[in-house]
Amino acid sequence: MDTESTYSGYSHHSGRSRGSHRHGERSRDRHKSRSKDSRSEKSVTINSPPAEPLLGDSSVRGEQVQDDNWGETTTAVTGTSEHSLSQEDIVRITKDLEDSVGLDCRRYVTRTIAVILGLLVFFTPLAFLVLPHILWPEKLKSCGTACEGLFISVAFKLLILLLAVWALFFRPARAGLPRVFVFRILLAVLVFLFVVSYWLFYSVRILDSQDDNYQGIVQYAVSLVDALLFIHYLAVVLLELRQLQPCFSVCVTRSTDGETRHYNLGQLSIQRAALAIIEHYYCDFPIHNPALLSASKSRAAKHLAGLKVYNVDGEFPAGPAEGPGNPAAAGIAQSQSRAMIAAAARRRDTSHNELYYEEAEHERRVRKRRARLVVAVEEAFTHIKRMQEEEPKKAPGDVMDPREAAQAIFPSMARALQKYLRTTKQQHCHSMESIQQHLAFCITNNMTPKAFLESYLTPGPTLQYGKDHWLGRRWTLISEASVTSGLKDGSVFVLKCVDFSLVVTTKKIPYIQMSEEYIDPKSHKFVLRLQSETSV
Amino acid sequence: MSFVPGQPVTAIVQRIEIQKLRQGENLILGFSIGGGIDQDPGQNPFSEDKSDKGIYVTRITPGGPAEVAGLKMGDKIMQVNGWDMTMVTHDQARKKLTKRKEDVVRLLITRKSLEETVKQSMGCHPKQ
Repeated sequence: MDTESTYSGYSHHSGRSRGSHRHGERSRDRHKSRSKDSRSEKSVTINSPPAEPLLGDSSVRGEQVQDDNWGETTTAVTGTSEHSLSQEDIVRITKDLEDSVGLDCRRYVTRTIAVILGLLVFFTPLAFLVLPHILWPEKLKSCGTACEGLFISVAFKLLILLLAVWALFFRPARAGLPRVFVFRILLAVLVFLFVVSYWLFYSVRILDSQDDNYQGIVQYAVSLVDALLFIHYLAVVLLELRQLQPCFSVCVTRSTDGETRHYNLGQLSIQRAALAIIEHYYCDFPIHNPALLSASKSRAAKHLAGLKVYNVDGEFPAGPAEGPGNPAAAGIAQSQSRAMIAAAARRRDTSHNELYYEEAEHERRVRKRRARLVVAVEEAFTHIKRMQEEEPKKAPGDVMDPREAAQAIFPSMARALQKYLRTTKQQHCHSMESIQQHLAFCITNNMTPKAFLESYLTPGPTLQYGKDHWLGRRWTLISEASVTSGLKDGSVFVLKCVDFSLVVTTKKIPYIQMSEEYIDPKSHKFVLRLQSETSV
Repeated sequence: MSFVPGQPVTAIVQRIEIQKLRQGENLILGFSIGGGIDQDPGQNPFSEDKSDKGIYVTRITPGGPAEVAGLKMGDKIMQVNGWDMTMVTHDQARKKLTKRKEDVVRLLITRKSLEETVKQSMGCHPKQ
C-alpha cells in the first residue's frame, strides 16, 4: 500500500532557497539550491509523491484489483500505517540527505567560482600592465604621453565596468529556481574562455618573447577591457532586454475557485515565466480562502449520496479509480458508474432550489451585517478627534497617542466587525492586533471610517495580509516540457502550492500586418444622397 | 427641359386627369414619383438634364388609374391641380397628390416625345 506521508519538500525537483548572495562581480552561475534554514515546520506536509518534470503518473499504485485467489497470492506489506516509513521512503530520504548536503556544497562551490571569475576578470588588465615592469623593467621602453593617456582610459573603463556589474548582478536574489539559468552559464563560459584566450596570447607572445613595446602592451590591455564592456552589454541584452517586449499572453487560473488573470510576458524560459507569474500572483489575486469552498464540497457529496451499488453476480466490485486492472473489472466499473449517473439523473433533484434560496439568504445576511458594521464604525470614529495645538493643554491622562486612541474606540465596533467577518468567513485572515494596528494607522493618517473598512469589506491581494499567510510557501513547477525551454504557443504548466494550484496556459500574440492608406484632407466633401421614391 | 433661372419656363404639356381608386381606407393613384429640390438630381434616370430637380414619374402600377389615364413612366409632372411641381420638395409633392378630400387629380405632364409629336404635326400642316 502506498503510504501518503512523504516529505514533499525534500524532493530535488522542487526548490526554494532564501537566495544566494553573490560576492563575485561576474557571478553568472545560478544553481538554485535550497538552504537549510528555509525548512520550517510548514514545509512538511502530507502530500502525494511529487511529480517528475514529465507528467507521468507515478508507477507505484495501490493494491491491484482483487481476483478470486486474492487470499493466497497477496503479499502483505507490513508496517504500512500512516506513521511508518516504507522502503522507498527510506531510499528517498537518504537520497535527499545526500542531495541536501550536496546542494549546499554546490551553492558554496558556485559562489567561489563566481568570486574567482570576478577577481580574474578584474585583475587581468592590471596584471597585463604590471607584469612587464616586474619581469623585464630594464628592457622596457618608457611610456610616452599617449601611453599614459591609455592608463587613464583603462582606469575609467574598469571603474565603469565595476559599476555596471554591480548594477546588473549585485541585486538580491528573488527566488530559487529548479534549474540553472542557461544564459548566465553561457555568459560565464564566454567570459572565462575569453579571458583564458587573452592570457594564452599574452603569455606566448609577450611574456616568452619579453616584448619591449610597452605601448602595445597597454593597448592590448585596453582592448581587453573594451571587449569586457561589450560582453557586459551582451549580458544586459540577453538577461534584461530580451524579455521586455511582450510576446505571449498567459492565462493564470487558480484551481480552487477559478480566479483568472491574464498577463503579458516576453520570451522567457518556463521557469522564469513561472517566477514572474508567482510574483504577479502575490500582488493581484485575492487571498485564497479555503472556508469559502466547503459549501460546494458538501453539495457535491450530497449528489451521489444515497445511491449504493449492489452487485448480485458474486464478483467483487472494483472501484472506478483503480488503474490498469483487468479489463473485466474495468468494464464492471464503467457500467456501475453509468448506472449511478443514470439513477442520479432520474432522481428528482431539488438541490438547485436549495442553492438559490441559500445564496439569497446569505446575501441578505451579509448586507444586514455590513450595514450594522458601517454604522458602528462611523459612530466609533466620532468619539475621537485630533487635538489641535492651540487648544488649552489638557491633562496628560486625556491626551492619547494613536495606539491608545485605537484601543479606546475599538470595543464599540469590535462586535459588529467580528460578526461581519464571521459571516463572510474572513475571520482567520485578521487577528485582533492586526485590526487594532490598522485602526491606529487610519487614525494617524486622518482616514474616514469608509477608508478603514475597505480592507475588510473586500478581500485584498495576498501580500496585504500578515506574513504568516504568504511566508514559507513552497511552489512546485509541474511541466511536460523542460523548464529551461522557452515559452511556446499552447504550452501548459501547473504551479502547485500546498492548498491549491495555478494552471497556466500560454497563447502567442499574433503577428500583425499593417498597411497604410493616405487620405488627403481636402478630399472630405459631401453631397446629399437622398433619392427616395414614394408611391401615391 | 433645361431652364434659365429667373426666366419663365416654357414646355409642351399634356393634361391628364386621374380618378383616384379607393383601396380600403386609402385613395391611390397607381404610380410612384421621384425627385424634388431636396433630392439628388444626378440619380434621376429619366431626366435629360441631370440638374433638373423636378418631380418625375418613376413607376406605373399596371392596370392602375394612372395607366388607364395615359400617364407614362418618365413623365415630368409640372402641375398638380394647379399647384406647381417644378420647385417643390419631394414631400410637398407627395402631399399635393395624396389629399384625402380630392377624388381626382389633374396633372400637367411633359415628356420629350411630346415636342417631336408637335413638331411633326406642325410640319405636316404648316399653315394652321
